[in-house]
Amino acid sequence: MSTLSDKAADGRPATGSDAPAGGAEPSAPARDSRVGLWRMLLRDRVATAAAAVLSLIVLTAVFGPLLVGSAATEQHLDNTNQPPFTFDDGWLGVLGTDPLGQSVLARLVVAARTTFSVAAPAVALALAIGALIGMWAGYHRGLRETLAMRVADIIMSFPSLLMAVVVLYVFSPSVANLVVVLAITRIPVYLRTARAESTELQSRLFVDAARTFGTSSSAIIRRHVFPIVLPTLLTLATLEFCYVMLAESSLSFLGIGIQPPDVSWGLMVSQGRSYLQTAWWLTFFPGLAIIVTTVSATVLAAWARLATDPAQRWRLTLPRRARHRTRTAPAPQEAQS
Amino acid sequence: MFHFLRRRVLTSILPLVAVLLGVFVLARLTGDPASLYLPESATPDQRAAFTERNGFDDSIWQQIADYFGGVFRLDFGESLRTGESAATMALRAFPATLQLAGATMLIAVAGAVVIGSWAAFRPNSLADRIASFLSMTAASVPDFWFAITGVWIFAVGLGALPTSGVSDGMSSWVLPVATLAIRPLGVLTQVVRGAMVSALSAPYVRLARSKGAGGVRVVSHHALRNAAAPALTVAGDLTVSLVNGAVVVETIFGWPGIGKLMIDSITGRDFAVLQATVLLTAVTIFVLNIVIDVCYALLDARVRETARV
Repeated sequence: MSTLSDKAADGRPATGSDAPAGGAEPSAPARDSRVGLWRMLLRDRVATAAAAVLSLIVLTAVFGPLLVGSAATEQHLDNTNQPPFTFDDGWLGVLGTDPLGQSVLARLVVAARTTFSVAAPAVALALAIGALIGMWAGYHRGLRETLAMRVADIIMSFPSLLMAVVVLYVFSPSVANLVVVLAITRIPVYLRTARAESTELQSRLFVDAARTFGTSSSAIIRRHVFPIVLPTLLTLATLEFCYVMLAESSLSFLGIGIQPPDVSWGLMVSQGRSYLQTAWWLTFFPGLAIIVTTVSATVLAAWARLATDPAQRWRLTLPRRARHRTRTAPAPQEAQS
Repeated sequence: MFHFLRRRVLTSILPLVAVLLGVFVLARLTGDPASLYLPESATPDQRAAFTERNGFDDSIWQQIADYFGGVFRLDFGESLRTGESAATMALRAFPATLQLAGATMLIAVAGAVVIGSWAAFRPNSLADRIASFLSMTAASVPDFWFAITGVWIFAVGLGALPTSGVSDGMSSWVLPVATLAIRPLGVLTQVVRGAMVSALSAPYVRLARSKGAGGVRVVSHHALRNAAAPALTVAGDLTVSLVNGAVVVETIFGWPGIGKLMIDSITGRDFAVLQATVLLTAVTIFVLNIVIDVCYALLDARVRETARV
């Protein structure tokens, strides 16, 4: 394969497609390494905070709507556009109310569920399909690889938002269609990463050995390739979660994503836009919710990339001060990731 | 080089056709176009006349052949809203987007090279922090929110900048370009920083240093040229995704560009204009990718050698 077509494969630097540069086989038994991961996470204060915030948001998205009940749709026309911290109508007014007197906080909580119910399935779907095809293509090489990569190139060479816009215009914008469109546009990212790793793995000794013993290729992919590719893909999925969430917000903002009376964070920003001069909190808080979520996910992904990479993991086991010092002399590997 | 170009063009035609075909078929999947274009009260006769006039009664293959035939004759159909030629409308909107994208990429690349190199040259310095902050912002701040907050602070609050439009000269450029630039700037800074870190530890830079070259010269003459290749690739990908941002930014700021035209033609159900804008965007991206590959070959002697074969 020429350098030219290779460059397309590693075009996205932030995805960490080359994270496990060296040997990535899990050296310790799976159970031990999981305990190690927990301890490593707790040691990194920033990553712990990110994980805590993210869990809180996920819990809110899952159970929050039950707590706020019908408050998100209850209109109080005598109590419209109240600034934050007005408690005339109870604690739900803490983030203000919208032009219909609905509580911004309650709407944020309900919108969290919508946002997550689009982003999570879209990421999972793209991850599953992209990983499967990528590993398969990378393992078999040849025509299958070329074909898969060409299709990925086609999808990638077209602006994803544009594709979503066209598709959602044709099919009605529903949650299911959003999930499918966002998944399709993001499949190539996983496909390329999985293919790159799988290509490298299929020439390794342990894969060779399995092949010699007559293991079928699907079993090799499942048992020997998949476990090694998985950490990279999961890290990538965390980053992709941000991307998909932002894409959904953009689409909802443009009016072709989530449709009222459903509500998502992007839609809330869009709805609050016409009240910018009188009620800043209508656009500010949904935007803040998006940012807090994406920043936490990015921080966690950056941590996970280090933690799942045996060549980089030592950075996280150092005490804080020493880690700071090592930053001043970055290893060449760091440049790659 | 000519050989290389020809092969590159040929391999890129396929995606181009695939995209066009996809949009065409998708647009036709909506069912009977007459019910989309004509009012509810249209008589069956009117519907039939409409269907026949636009050739929708032909088979899908015939329609595809007609459309592609038209494309080769540079006939892209007419807008159903204004009756104007779709190509004229797309081409009229095109320069506005091109200017916006050009200004954005210029600022993003220049900023990324300066901040990225500085951050790589002095790790843990102020520039290094700016670099990580920028890349974090790029990955997490929604552009529409950034734009709206910008309008709120600078246009509504301070009254320093116009809220939308292009009539106010330079000041109307500030917010759209700033909004569009955050993402490419953040990503590129990180790429330049990464590439420069590895370039600065490469043997040829150590050689240059041992020969007594100063810091700035090492960065600008030796390391930057080699760090440029990965940055260039990413810049290309970013320009493609710039179209995403342009759709949002042009909608918010009322910028009369291709992104706004696209959204308008979608909400106005204007097939011909939609296809013309999509084609124009796809061709631009296609040309851009080839230009990037040529630059890449010019920068990297190893690629140039393979290209010559």
